[in-house]
Amino acid sequence: MSSFASPAAPRPGDVAGTLRLLGFLALAVVLIVLDHRGGWLASLRATMNVVVQPLWQVAGLPSRLGQTMREDAATRSLLAEDNRRLRNELLVVGARQARLQVEADENARLRGLLGAVEHGRLDVQLAPILNVDLDPSRQRLLLDAGSAQGVRVGQSVIDAGGLLGQIVAVTPGTSTVLLLTDLDHAVPVSISRTGVRLIAYGTGRSDRLELRNIPVSGDVDVGDVVVTSGLGGRFPPGFPVGTIVELHPDDSHAFLVGGLKPAAQLDRGRDVLLLRESREPGSANGAAEAPRAEAPPPVPATQSPTPSLQPPAPATNAPATPAGPPATSTDAPTPADPRMRDPASPAQPGRTP
Amino acid sequence: MSRRASRLWILPVSVVAALLLGLLPLPVSVQGLRPYWLALVVAFWIIEEPERAGLGFAFFAGLVADLAFGTLLGEQALRLVIMAFILQRFRSQLRFFPLAQQALAIGGLLLNDRVVSAAIHLLLGLPQPPWTYWLAPLLGLLLWPPMFFVLDALRSGRRPR
Repeated sequence: MSSFASPAAPRPGDVAGTLRLLGFLALAVVLIVLDHRGGWLASLRATMNVVVQPLWQVAGLPSRLGQTMREDAATRSLLAEDNRRLRNELLVVGARQARLQVEADENARLRGLLGAVEHGRLDVQLAPILNVDLDPSRQRLLLDAGSAQGVRVGQSVIDAGGLLGQIVAVTPGTSTVLLLTDLDHAVPVSISRTGVRLIAYGTGRSDRLELRNIPVSGDVDVGDVVVTSGLGGRFPPGFPVGTIVELHPDDSHAFLVGGLKPAAQLDRGRDVLLLRESREPGSANGAAEAPRAEAPPPVPATQSPTPSLQPPAPATNAPATPAGPPATSTDAPTPADPRMRDPASPAQPGRTP
Repeated sequence: MSRRASRLWILPVSVVAALLLGLLPLPVSVQGLRPYWLALVVAFWIIEEPERAGLGFAFFAGLVADLAFGTLLGEQALRLVIMAFILQRFRSQLRFFPLAQQALAIGGLLLNDRVVSAAIHLLLGLPQPPWTYWLAPLLGLLLWPPMFFVLDALRSGRRPR
């Protein structure tokens, strides 16, 4: 076979070649099907992702270099200008914050009177976006922070505008965000004006979400702001998701379908915020707070090369959740925690006040 | 023989380079035009180094690409295996084509690859990429001759034949 032209080779090799082709095709199809439905390959993928992680880091390097160069080249006057603007903004935001604080205190007092459950405090962590292009037909983002920085699967991701998505995969140095707009994503929301509860589904387009099964009698209008409702326990309540830009009847004419413009900037920003909530004992079962030892500190001990962030316990409900694996906040003793199963549980849309 | 053996590091390096080129962020408007670098590189090795690179090579390169790009595991593997098989069948003809004709053939293969990809997405109910992605094979066709020269020069040493 060392000679260059080997005209005789193809003939006897034909059958074997075809067989090999069929073998590989079958293997590929099996992989596709397994990965597409079931997600049984999730753990395999998680370990393999560690291997390609350096590739992502290198691919993200040019844009990061460009950024630092641009920053270094910024002139003094530009910086001064920036500073002034930011200081003004800070002033405005501070004032607004002060007013909100009063409201929040009052709210807490009223909640106390009602005996309602206290919301957990939110704690955020800044994470830069790793600027690489992933598969264009999926809505994903890669972050330059991983389990070494305390990122966990299931964390909500926000930016200045509102909810962006959630973490679905983590390697020691990077993490993958499933955006709101991915076709596989759904988030329980409520309309902030009326409190009507709905579910916002991703459409696969970065500028559009969809609200399905809106009751015709429901008080929903174009221009309404939609926020997370906190049902399902995955996303904390009260974060803007988007604004309704259109409403039209669905095929059965029994319900309305709404188009939603995402509140967050879903194209590439520079940094995002990861919510690191000390997850409250759950609005459903407030009694279970005794065994809770405060949200487990993201110990850096988990940065061993295999980020087995999904402990074997919840593997039972992992395959079915469309919006990523369940929030396994590493406190294993509650394996079948149904309230945090998934935000997309289709049981909710009918529930409107 | 020994000269060729010593040059084999080019193969993995070229695959990694193709993956990096595939991940490199582009402005949204031209994202669709990004050529399928990995397919070009795999095609080169299958034409030029059939003892080393076959269906298995294409399959594993595709798997790594699936992991790196976050596509469905096995999708690119399937696409590359199909392409590799066709290339193997017509390798003896392709090798003696003039470069322009070879580039046309590669363009056809890349177009076929897009069809396969669209079919996979259609079957699984995944969203299709925007229509500009159908222009990528054209760019791949144009890039084939320069890439062929570069890889060939790297592979066979500095000295021209």
